Parts: sequence; C-alpha cells; structure tokens
Amino acid sequence: MTAPLVVFFLLAALAVIGAVSLILQKHPIHSALSLIVVMIALAGLYLLLGAEFVAAVQIIVYGGAIMVLFVFVIMLLNAGVEEHTSISKMAGAPGLLLVVALAGLVAATIVRSSDSIETTLQTGEMSSTPGISNMIFKDFVYPFELTSFLILVAVLGATVLAQREKS
Amino acid sequence: MVPTSYYVILSAILFGLGVFAFIFKRNIITIFMSIELMLNAVNLAFVAFSQALGKLDGQVFVLFVIVVAAAEAAVGLGIIILIARNRQTLNVERVDLLKL
Repeated sequence: MTAPLVVFFLLAALAVIGAVSLILQKHPIHSALSLIVVMIALAGLYLLLGAEFVAAVQIIVYGGAIMVLFVFVIMLLNAGVEEHTSISKMAGAPGLLLVVALAGLVAATIVRSSDSIETTLQTGEMSSTPGISNMIFKDFVYPFELTSFLILVAVLGATVLAQREKS
Repeated sequence: MVPTSYYVILSAILFGLGVFAFIFKRNIITIFMSIELMLNAVNLAFVAFSQALGKLDGQVFVLFVIVVAAAEAAVGLGIIILIARNRQTLNVERVDLLKL
C-alpha cells in the first residue's frame, strides 16, 4: 500500500467512526464533538485531494464558526440527554436496511458513471488556490455577489426569529 | 494515488449515516447536525470529482455550499431557539401541532 492510500484509509475510518458516534451519542454536545471530528477528517481528505483552500475553509467555517454556533445553542438551551420516545424496533430494522441500500445505490451509480473519469485521472499537482480565486471573481462573480445578499437575509432572519417578543 | 471511486464510496457512506441520523434521532439539534453531515458528504464527492476531472468548478461549488450551510445554520438555529422557547422541548416527537 502506498502512503496516500494509508492516509486515506486512516482519515476515512476517522470520518466514519465520527459519523457513527454522532448517531450513538445520547447527549447533543457529544454529537456536536463527533461532528467536529468528521469535519477535521474531511479537511485532511481535501488536503490529500490537493484542495488546500477548501481544506482551510472547511476547518475555519465548518469546524470553527458553524460548530461554535451549534455548541453555543446547545448550551444556551441547556439541552439535556435525548429522551427516548416510541421509535418502534419493527420500523428500525427495515429503516437501517433501507439506509444501507440507499448508500449502496448512490455509490454504485456514481462509481459506474465515474469509470470513464478514472482513465483521465490527473496527478493533482496543480496549485488550486489561484485558480479558485480566478473562477470566483471572473466566471462566478454574480453568484458570489448574490451569496452576500443571502448572508444578509440570513442574518436579518436569524435576528428577527431569535429576538424576544416585546410584550 | 487514491482512486476516485474510494472517495465516492466514502461520500455515499457518510451520506447514508447522515440520512440514518436524520430519521432516527429525536433531538432537533442533532437532526440539524445530521443535515450538516449530509452536506459534508456531498462536498467530498464534489472535491473528488473536481480533482479527477482536473477542473476547479467542483471546488468553487463547495465554497458556495459552505456559504449556504452557514446561512442555513444561522436561520435554523434561530428557529430551534424559537421552538424551544414556545414549547419547552427539543424533542421533535413533542412538536406535533400539525398532527391530526
């Protein structure tokens, strides 16, 4: 096994373990910490794929900002251990099977359609950050500007939703 | 060199786990986190194909997905705070006002 393959399997195992832990943990704060593990592992995979900028953004925005927001809300609401209400065991087993089938179907479909891509596999030596900045500010400049409106609307919406009503 | 299909399979596994958590968890915050997990799985597929094709479009799309996820997290958590304040619970089973 080559070194990139070993690193891939380590990071992939870390990501899957984190995702399973997100499901198994009873307390939301433990689930949030598991999700941070998944995001750090994914950032490592992006580095392995030669996408340095996306890896940095993944850690800063996802692992930093968004997860801090989650942890903040969990603590603000004083969320306790998840109470267990009526999830029937009969529905659970077929549900698990269906989820496995879904993942298998998605993987099979995409892998089959990506067979043609495999032959033209690039060596991943290109430095991606200058190329990304070129694309964002030339080809995708209007969508990029529109996202600032999206953020503005989101900020206003969150403020309106979360403010205490005046009585 | 790691084959692209490995990344795609990992992406599908993570997406499946996200769907599972979305369906089976009862805490509304954890359900919201499972949505983020699914978004991350899709991002991984985007970056893998971007590298396989030697084009950067996929990585730019990932940046847009991250921006939308941040906006979604802000609004979604605002809604969660509102639900917690009005119904004093985070359990989705107890937020059943529309249920007949």
